[in-house]
Amino acid sequence: MSKTPDDKHEVETTGHVWDGIEEYNNPLPRWWLWTFYGTIAWGLLYTIAYPAWPLIREATPGLLGYSTRAIVAEDIAEVSARNAGINERLANVELAAIGDDTELLTYARNAGAAIFRANCSQCHGSGAAGVQASGYPNLLDDDWLWGGTIDDIAWTIAHGIRNEQSPDSHWSQMPAFGELLETEEIGQLVAYVQQISGQEHDAAMATPGAVLFDEQCSSCHGIEGMGDPVIGAPNLTDAIWLYGGSEERLTESITYSRFGVMPAWSEEFRPAGGLSPYEINALAAYVHGLGGGE
Amino acid sequence: MGILDKHKFLETNATALLVGSLLVVSVGGIVEIAPLFYLENTIEDVEGMRPYSPLELAGREIYIREGCYVCHSQMIRPMRDEVERYGHYSLAAESQYDHPFQWGSKRTGPDLARVGGRYSDDWHVDHFVDPQSVVPESVMPKYGFLLDNLMDGEYIQDLVATHRFVGVPYTDEMVENALADFNAQIDPDGDWDALVERYPGAQVRNFDSQPGISEMDALIAYMQMLGTLVDFSTFTPEASR
Repeated sequence: MSKTPDDKHEVETTGHVWDGIEEYNNPLPRWWLWTFYGTIAWGLLYTIAYPAWPLIREATPGLLGYSTRAIVAEDIAEVSARNAGINERLANVELAAIGDDTELLTYARNAGAAIFRANCSQCHGSGAAGVQASGYPNLLDDDWLWGGTIDDIAWTIAHGIRNEQSPDSHWSQMPAFGELLETEEIGQLVAYVQQISGQEHDAAMATPGAVLFDEQCSSCHGIEGMGDPVIGAPNLTDAIWLYGGSEERLTESITYSRFGVMPAWSEEFRPAGGLSPYEINALAAYVHGLGGGE
Repeated sequence: MGILDKHKFLETNATALLVGSLLVVSVGGIVEIAPLFYLENTIEDVEGMRPYSPLELAGREIYIREGCYVCHSQMIRPMRDEVERYGHYSLAAESQYDHPFQWGSKRTGPDLARVGGRYSDDWHVDHFVDPQSVVPESVMPKYGFLLDNLMDGEYIQDLVATHRFVGVPYTDEMVENALADFNAQIDPDGDWDALVERYPGAQVRNFDSQPGISEMDALIAYMQMLGTLVDFSTFTPEASR
């Protein structure tokens, strides 16, 4: 545009003629041309510096030795080195005595909170309150199915409950009493369980229910119905219900039984996505500190 | 100008121009793509990888049918934040039997490359039926109808054979026993030794706790095996790959 049409044909034409129209062969702007040559040079240098040219068995590795895998490994190593001291202390700490080391406890709870949000909140909720009456336990109260000391919590996190991943996962299974008792007997048991948990109940049904409870249920739930954390038998006398305490839900639980599963979280059982010992301890400190820890 | 003077021929013959363009573009394609098929350091054999069991494969079909890949990726990139969030970064070998691969391109939901074993089967059922019941902030749609869609495995052998046709190393034995294996995987009381021998690490459970093989069973079987085949306690990544 900067030049006027050249009537004297001082500029060479391309030689193309179409319908009497000719095409000038003006030189490219110099800045453009040199930028173009520059990109070619850059491209060539790039393929020398980085992995590029395919040979027979592998591609040229590049002078800079670039490798995505090496970079991520370095990145991870660098950040773990920054916290290596305190993480090692956390991995080897006597959990029951972690409270004596305020610095470590603060660190553990903060780290645990982050790990909880990424890995645990999907079932236990972002606030750790679980899901009411759905089998996902509330971790804020002081009712613990498998024990609520910080060591119990760490074990439960590492090995999980009723899973096929860890040979040491917590395991117990309540029978489905629908196959063992009459419907009426189950109704009596429900009434008795409602009685000992302080709910409205049919007293006439609860009396024979007490006898049945003693025969069928007390070996796991205890004579008083207080449960047993060694076998994960819940306390039936409080108002905390993992699967709901209504007549309908209790009937369902007794008839079909329940089989709640929690995955094992130790990297020992899930090397690709599990948690390392310090992470498990951090998580245990966080969960224990939520309010209900024993 | 020699050869450059000949371009009038190309410019005045549309067909010749098309053929010429195709040749030029192919050079780029061949140089960039073809070496990936033969260079040794782009093809990594990793111990533990095996073709999908028939039930897992059926679940994968449902995953594709429902468009799960639109919101979920299956590709943990080699970056520290992703590794911390999801686990070991994905290896090319981990999708070597995927036709097509499910890497995805966008995460509205989380990455699923290592979702196997992260949740219980019951959680998956609850979550598919009503995602918000367990994750209130989720925007995932409900998939409860999967529980009602029972599968009879009528086409399962064809499905396995099709995947063999496109290069998955299913043996004759695997194809012949496709229906038997399909049925065996949800019956822990049945005879599943042969299934586990053919597909090491296959998980045998009634995934949805309901009678029959529903699409829910198949999809959960697929979910629960994702990212679990390679044993990362023994795997050492080679930096050159």
